[in-house]
Amino acid sequence: MSEPLRGVIVSHSAVAQALRVAVAAITGLDDALVPVSNDGCDSGALTTRLAEAIAGRPAVLFVDLPGGSCLTTSIRLARGKTDVAVVTGVNLAMLLDFVFHRDLSPAEAARRAAEAGGKAIRTPAA
Amino acid sequence: MTIALYRIDDRLIHGQVVVGWGQPLNLGFIVLVDDAVRDSPWEQDLYRMGVPPHIEVAFASVAEAARGLPQWEADSRTGILLAGDIATLAALGANSHQIKRINVGGIHHRTGRRERLRYVYLTDAEAAQLRELAARGIEITAQDVPTARPVPVAEFT
Repeated sequence: MSEPLRGVIVSHSAVAQALRVAVAAITGLDDALVPVSNDGCDSGALTTRLAEAIAGRPAVLFVDLPGGSCLTTSIRLARGKTDVAVVTGVNLAMLLDFVFHRDLSPAEAARRAAEAGGKAIRTPAA
Repeated sequence: MTIALYRIDDRLIHGQVVVGWGQPLNLGFIVLVDDAVRDSPWEQDLYRMGVPPHIEVAFASVAEAARGLPQWEADSRTGILLAGDIATLAALGANSHQIKRINVGGIHHRTGRRERLRYVYLTDAEAAQLRELAARGIEITAQDVPTARPVPVAEFT
């Protein structure tokens, strides 16, 4: 069996760490996700943090915003690699889907997670 | 309107620029001055991804920016001119008398730099370069977001 995917959450401030803790609290899975914050980083330092988090494994990078330093650095790092995929607009729902589908390819896991995250955004009547 | 902010920020186009400053300024355009990005359509696409469609983004080399400054200064919209390092704005300032103020928005940790403010790390040479620009009459302050206090150059160099 191939190595399960690693999920790397890339965010401003402590959003990534908070999401990782929430996923662990809900699922009991605490080794599927690695948080990376851009705090205090220029693009070079953030690239180093990201590369350390991926650690040469197949991975999906979950980025908070669809623009900005977290995204630009993630895309540069994933460019030309088939074993690293990028998803933006990270939310808890997409991470919960991801941690139970880490046997997929990065592209397929990213597609699934994005779909799950999108479906979670609703405006229910109060 | 005009170029409201000449900003040094090593993250270039990111949330603080587009949202933090962009919203209160009702930003109409961004000029990103960076020779490497100017030569890379792929990098330009990457930076455009973070910018809403109503904000125009122009990519310029230092030489192109020196020529384009009068036109951007006369633009009816409000703009931000961004550079990733002090040297780029210093070079631009040397070729133009239009830069009266520089905003240091983010220069992050790198070997040889030490912390001056939470979001500003400088080598001694970089600090001296900022003081030299200030001595030429350019008002230099550090301020990451509009709600923060503008910190005069003498306080962090």
